[in-house]
Amino acid sequence: MKVILNGSPFESAAETLADLLVAADLGNATVATAVNGVFVPAAKRAEHPISPGDAVEVLAPMQGG
Amino acid sequence: MRAFYGVTLDSPLMLGTSQYPSPAILAQAFRESGAGVATVSLRRESGAGRDGQAFWSLIQDLNVRILPNTAGCHTVKDAVTTAHMAREVFGTRWIKLEVIGDNDTLQPDVFNLVEAARILSDDGFEVFPYTTEDLIVAERLVEAGCQVLMPWGAPIGTGLGLNNEYGLRSLRAHFPDTPLVVDAGIGLPSHAAQAMELGYDAVLLNTAVAQAGDPVSMAVAMARAAEAGRIGATADPMEPRDMAAPSTPVFGKAVFE
Repeated sequence: MKVILNGSPFESAAETLADLLVAADLGNATVATAVNGVFVPAAKRAEHPISPGDAVEVLAPMQGG
Repeated sequence: MRAFYGVTLDSPLMLGTSQYPSPAILAQAFRESGAGVATVSLRRESGAGRDGQAFWSLIQDLNVRILPNTAGCHTVKDAVTTAHMAREVFGTRWIKLEVIGDNDTLQPDVFNLVEAARILSDDGFEVFPYTTEDLIVAERLVEAGCQVLMPWGAPIGTGLGLNNEYGLRSLRAHFPDTPLVVDAGIGLPSHAAQAMELGYDAVLLNTAVAQAGDPVSMAVAMARAAEAGRIGATADPMEPRDMAAPSTPVFGKAVFE
């Protein structure tokens, strides 16, 4: 199944957002997630289904002013 | 001393974490200046680079308060969604709310800022709105739930100082009990001192330190200038006057003619 992960195509067999993070080597990372523009809390990732074409944003701490 | 959502800060210096020559210099700038608040952001993470993980580890070691921002957001939806993501990642209700309206000046879109501030305040966030010195906008922000105001001194990254000192002074007079922070535009330690002399509670800056030839020394200079301004403001400064007044007593002066 192909999704858009952080703006780029990403192919995986993940059925949930939690599985998708593992497939992207971010399973244990400190990140926040959104799917199709909607924030998905960490506690909901395991039950949040992923569908073909979903736009997934995975954000981490970064420098800021 | 006015508290920021119940938190009293030892240092009036809030420091950004971007554009430093190296992570080590960033950390040293915080340690030596004593800055008590670090602003941070959220950006896309990749499994290959994991840059954010290393950065987060560095920031946690600073042992300072974290103020996440919504930098780069141009809409209410973007800012509110980013704020929710930041609250989860950084574990704080504090949010430096930026809703940008113009790319050349990075001027806040104050209409959407007020709307986003209301949504976030109602949801339990403690909002630090990046705004202009406009009094009416400030009133709307306070009505929306903001207990801190952060007017700009000048556009972000310009180092032009306090472009509208009158406006900033008016804001101080109009909101005597609200913590005020000059956020953006400070380029020199004298600008930081000037803001504090106006009775502001803190200054927030990034580029002036990070892009200085010696960021650590500049961070220290900013901290000392801000502290000097704060002490000066509480020392009941004299009123300026147009005509000279001798400081040395005239009485008792010798006559030689």
